[in-house]
Amino acid sequence: MNVFVKKHKQLSIFTTAGYPNVESLNDQISVLSTQGVDFIEVGIPFSDPMADGPMIQETSRIALKNGMNLEILFEQLSMRKMNIPIVMMGYVNPVIAFGLELFLKKCQEVKVQTVILPDMSLEIYERFYQSLFEKYKVYPCFLITPKTDDERIQRIAKLCRKSFVYLVSSNSTTGSKNDLSMDKKLFKRIKELCSTTPLFIGFGIKTRRDVENVYEVADGAIIGSAFLNAISKGTEEQFLESLY
Amino acid sequence: MELRTTKHTRPDEMGFYGEYGGAFVPELLRPNIEELEKFYLQVKDTPSFKEEYITLLKDYVGRPTPLYYSEKLSIKHSCSIYLKREDLNHTGAHKINNALGQILLAKKMGKTTVVAETGAGQHGVATATASALMNLKCIVYMGEIDIERQAPNVQRMKFLGAEVIPAKSGSKTLKDATNEAIRYWINHPDAYYLIGSVVGPHPYPMIVTDFQSIISEEMRIQLLEKTGNELPTKVIACVGGGSNAAGAFYHFYEEETVELIAVEAAGKGLKSGASAATSMLGSQGVIHGSMTLLMQNAHGQIIEPYSISAGLDYPGIGPLHAHSIKEGRTKATSVTDEEALFAARELTKTEGIIPALESAHALAALDKIELFKSDIVVVNLSGRGDKDMATYKQYF
Repeated sequence: MNVFVKKHKQLSIFTTAGYPNVESLNDQISVLSTQGVDFIEVGIPFSDPMADGPMIQETSRIALKNGMNLEILFEQLSMRKMNIPIVMMGYVNPVIAFGLELFLKKCQEVKVQTVILPDMSLEIYERFYQSLFEKYKVYPCFLITPKTDDERIQRIAKLCRKSFVYLVSSNSTTGSKNDLSMDKKLFKRIKELCSTTPLFIGFGIKTRRDVENVYEVADGAIIGSAFLNAISKGTEEQFLESLY
Repeated sequence: MELRTTKHTRPDEMGFYGEYGGAFVPELLRPNIEELEKFYLQVKDTPSFKEEYITLLKDYVGRPTPLYYSEKLSIKHSCSIYLKREDLNHTGAHKINNALGQILLAKKMGKTTVVAETGAGQHGVATATASALMNLKCIVYMGEIDIERQAPNVQRMKFLGAEVIPAKSGSKTLKDATNEAIRYWINHPDAYYLIGSVVGPHPYPMIVTDFQSIISEEMRIQLLEKTGNELPTKVIACVGGGSNAAGAFYHFYEEETVELIAVEAAGKGLKSGASAATSMLGSQGVIHGSMTLLMQNAHGQIIEPYSISAGLDYPGIGPLHAHSIKEGRTKATSVTDEEALFAARELTKTEGIIPALESAHALAALDKIELFKSDIVVVNLSGRGDKDMATYKQYF
């Protein structure tokens, strides 16, 4: 069974663990869950997030300053009360410093089934990490871009059949200011290449209109920087309402 | 440019030197690095590419650089000491060897914009120079702190037509300039990312090593002329990311009698908490797309390194060095700010050569290693010290 397969179009929100306060995460999970968000991506803060734009860089910096680390994060996740699917997202280095096997074991313990490590390529996963992921029944999710070739999309979709494929809307770091320029025809073709694996689109999605555009071509939308920006202004509840 | 395939110097098909290296990059960059690797492997050994590159090195850079016998250092240390004069290259350091090689690749790939990171500014100047020569737009990311302490190089880059963008995140030095350059590349995939050291995702460590290997190729020829033997007993080079060391060691890796000594920046001392001695203080991890040794805390967050030298305060080290040091082939030692400053003044006063602060670390290692009368030592004098005059003036 794949928890990301649903009859309706889905909305996912990304948040940086430990931002704005070290204890913020579980409150955010409750709010997002009550609001009807389908699943939550929890960002593991890293000092050098090379694929991220200014918003996630800044929230990560503050989260680290607040003392967030994987030990604390797993502790918090183990105490969450909401039954909403959680996806953990972060860079490879903090995970291997924690110990990949311990990380996966903890994921299993706190019932996190899905992990996205953007700098862990498909090739690296298959060569070094796949057997450990499988041992603990944690399923990776991989990014694709509009430039990824068909064969690779199919390979990734097959590997992600228990999670989902994360399509980056355009070549950019997260939260980029570019208008969401979507080639719907291309995206629909990508959706077909993914077969039964759910396809979600993220990077640069900010408004209800963006979300509706995504719904036309994919199974759901992922919002990160725009939500964090709302948190930084204290307007996250209004922001969430504006999305529905 | 005869490139030897050896166990220490050639990565496997995924870019691993032993357990170090690889390409830990987001999918966004995959087409870029695949395109680059494919193109590089196609052209590197073609006669036209080799000829164009070698001609530029000879007529534009001024290669071969001299191998200078330093009488004063030889007397002081009671052995034979040679200096490989990379400081005499056009633009003042070894960085131009790589910048020209890669700019030829960029040009042949049809790129119009080049983006680079720089620490001390030497790679930035080399890239700005090569871009001016090839009429390509050049963008250089440089840490805000480095912009202050290396002002002359900033002026040179701007005069050469490059846009210098301050990296304001993190420690505002080389690590952050590299993050920003990579982010620029993600957002502008049509640009050519011209990395300046043997770091970053595969194929960069391999490409930069190949272009710097001219240093040891010349050393062998010059040593044969001067000593009757193309092998020294020791080669010493400073290591930040490690491009000059990779070049200076390359053609000696398989010669077991040649000791390879990598000198890291100890900053204010190995235990001071203000250091950049990566192989001694670091542990295995991933930085800028490569599995290597890096300075990090218990939670895998990168530690801001420190050195008086803006070219050595990088928290990682090239994967081939990580591998070679772990295997025991390369020996790592470290030199403090103070020791490097002293060595710089000594060379200036006795030989009339003002070395770059980075290269001064390699020179200072002469006082720290055991030397025998029979030793023939080559110190790679990777750059000249013009850019460091403000620092030297402050101390002397």
